[in-house]
Amino acid sequence: MSAVSSSESALPYADIGEYMAFALGAEEYAVDILRVQEIRGWEAVTRIPNSPSYVKGVLNLRGTIIPVFDLRQRLGMPFRAYEKETAVIILTILDGEKRRSIGVAVDRVSSVLSSARKHIQTTPNFGAQLNADFIDGLVTANGKLVTLLKVDRLGCFSSEGSGIESELA
Amino acid sequence: MTIDLSQFHQVFFEESFEGLGVMESGLLRMDPGAVDGEEINVLFRAAHSIKGGSATFGFNDIAAFTHVMESLLDEVREQRRQLTSRSLAVLLSSIDVLRAMLTAASGDGALDNALVARQQQELEAVLNNRESSPVIEHCAAPQANSAIDQVIGWHLVFRPLPNMMRTGNDPLRIIRELAGLGELDVKVDISLLPGFEQFDPEECHLCWDLHLHAAVEQARINEIFEWVEEQCDLVIVPLPGKDPASSTSNDQDVERDAETPRVSLVPAADSEAERHAGNERRRTDRRENERTASGAGSIRVDIQKIDNLINVVGELVITQSMLSMLGENFQMGQLERLKEGLSEMERHTHELQESVMQIRMLPISSIFSRFPRIVHDLSNQMEKKIELRLTGENTEVDKTVIEKIGDPLVHLVRNSLDHGIEAPAERIAAGKPETGTIELKACHQGGNIVIEIRDDGSGLDPERILRKAIEKGLVDSETQLSEQQSYELIFQAGFSTVETISDLSGRGVGLDVVRRNINELGGTVEIESKPGRGSAIIIRLPLTLAILDGQSVSVGDEIYIIPLLSIIESIQVKPDMVNLIAGRAETCKLRGEYLPVIRLYEILGVQGYRTGELTDGLLVVVEGEGRRCGILVDELIGQQQVVIKPLEVNYQRVDGISAATILGDGSVALILDVPGIMRLANATPELRVLQCSA
Repeated sequence: MSAVSSSESALPYADIGEYMAFALGAEEYAVDILRVQEIRGWEAVTRIPNSPSYVKGVLNLRGTIIPVFDLRQRLGMPFRAYEKETAVIILTILDGEKRRSIGVAVDRVSSVLSSARKHIQTTPNFGAQLNADFIDGLVTANGKLVTLLKVDRLGCFSSEGSGIESELA
Repeated sequence: MTIDLSQFHQVFFEESFEGLGVMESGLLRMDPGAVDGEEINVLFRAAHSIKGGSATFGFNDIAAFTHVMESLLDEVREQRRQLTSRSLAVLLSSIDVLRAMLTAASGDGALDNALVARQQQELEAVLNNRESSPVIEHCAAPQANSAIDQVIGWHLVFRPLPNMMRTGNDPLRIIRELAGLGELDVKVDISLLPGFEQFDPEECHLCWDLHLHAAVEQARINEIFEWVEEQCDLVIVPLPGKDPASSTSNDQDVERDAETPRVSLVPAADSEAERHAGNERRRTDRRENERTASGAGSIRVDIQKIDNLINVVGELVITQSMLSMLGENFQMGQLERLKEGLSEMERHTHELQESVMQIRMLPISSIFSRFPRIVHDLSNQMEKKIELRLTGENTEVDKTVIEKIGDPLVHLVRNSLDHGIEAPAERIAAGKPETGTIELKACHQGGNIVIEIRDDGSGLDPERILRKAIEKGLVDSETQLSEQQSYELIFQAGFSTVETISDLSGRGVGLDVVRRNINELGGTVEIESKPGRGSAIIIRLPLTLAILDGQSVSVGDEIYIIPLLSIIESIQVKPDMVNLIAGRAETCKLRGEYLPVIRLYEILGVQGYRTGELTDGLLVVVEGEGRRCGILVDELIGQQQVVIKPLEVNYQRVDGISAATILGDGSVALILDVPGIMRLANATPELRVLQCSA
């Protein structure tokens, strides 16, 4: 399911980006593959009291405590119950000089995408409809729209994570 | 074959700094009237070692400087000279300078060579029995000191020609650039300004007399004036230098002005050097702290502790091979032996853990030893009489705690010195002894280390504090606060009741940072005070940062850990113990005391809790920050040691939760922060959620 056409595969390595694609409902999203540490199935997490609704809890990743977010809620979408295809993608976040790990729960993992950088469309301005902070760009893969997400913004705790309303009252 | 000596530099520096510490505490303890021969010997040997070491490694400046100190000490120990309080003071300030030299040599910072030269001159003056030497005339620099022509500042007379501004040059810009090089004193001379009718705003009739306190080369200054060279009269004279500087004088005013720097500054230089050295010392201390805090560094360990460790590991290996053997051809009949082996394993692991933690523990005296000097210098500076008493210096604390508690402690002691203890006259008027006392105490209490800073000064004035807080907008004017709550206000950012900001404190940023640093170490700070009698600051820190004894409790399906240290007891609530206040606040009566009840499920938002009635569940009586309360839980599960895993590594701090841990089954449990829970309980529900999701 790669988006690379034959003419693109002739491009130098630096001009192609590789992404890990996944689905939230009917929509396709992707993140820079170099930021993906691992992918796990959904397992029970320990709830963190009095935290934003998108913070599902923390889990034990080989001795390290990692927070798990529900990506739908982080982007301001309504929550959907987890099923057996639900996966947790462990991402590396760069916070200044610090490297942190977080997990995001997604409905379904798709596959690895390659796309020439020049095919990545910049995010249109949706104005007040959508807080596009998280979006790194748009790309087409197999006729479908794939939204590229900024990993570092996902891991930013201070902003209230809603994609639709720009600010909580 | 040449040996590369630089690999030994690190050890040399460590030992030299230690030696300096020994010398410093020795000097502080010394009483000029009654000099102890052995003490002087110790000092002499320390100086001798530093001299020898620095000569071996090629640090000739340091060797030469220390040589003078050593000669002085040698004469005292051979009783060829009396130790006067003046020589004592000079030796003390020399130690500061020597420390700075060593720090610079170890590659951590620049050295003020002029300061070194001055100090060395003073030392030699004392050695040659000259109590004060005019700083300027003594031009014969000691052999190894290479930086003779370095100056500490410049005196400039800058007079732009009237048409200077027409060429687009702005004297203000030039002066600003000068100010960027260092501290600049500016005096403007408006005597040449014409009357208002003749005044042409595009002409410059002003003249400036500037004193620049910066150790820069003259070339740098010339650079700044490059563009206006032709359009002004400029005189540059070093301050108070040894070099008769290049004076480009073409103006009569020059001679008059050039005389001022030549005034002998000996008494001022003395305290200036001390203060300067003191500042250097503070700066290098901080840098040292930063360096060690970032993880690099070494630790000195008592050999006994290492031997213990080796023994324990040995036993662990034996038990482990015994278990392996058992496991190879295991039959059910051997179950008893297996269980025995496992419990021995548990014992040894526990011992190993304790031994290893012991290794990282150092006596707190390494921090306390800084204070005699600080108190000594500051009490002289502030003209107050202060006695410092240290107790419990042998109390051992984890190395990380030592590294991070040093600066907050220094700040707190300075506060006591500055604001707490009154001037001698005030004290006598208040019927107190002239000499104020500051007591620094450290001890173990349960699994905590408690550090107290007590003074018998004027104490805190709750009214004044409240007024200041209202003034600064930290609380609104209607607030009524208890005395204790008023004291807590001083920990707020931006708070200071000091009218003038002294060099030490009063900038209003200190105490909140202090509290935050202490909280980050997992500790707490409290204040006690009696107006007029004195105050005490009590710091509680956990002994070890990595492991905790906890009681696991369940609320609904969730498991939480309550630190055993905070728990006083756990009780089953009987109906007659329950009381209600104002229909809302629940209390439980325990031995005559009414404890507020906290329903944990409410605070933490747990669904599926089982106990709605107080009498159905268990009440865990806890204490935090001096207050007690009862926490309602469903069940007590067990007591265990848990490894503390901070949440901040990948997530962030959560109110009410101090950290997380991993249970035996691999799942994560949260460790409660008792004071945090109590704070959450006091907040309204809406505030709670807002606070937590911020």
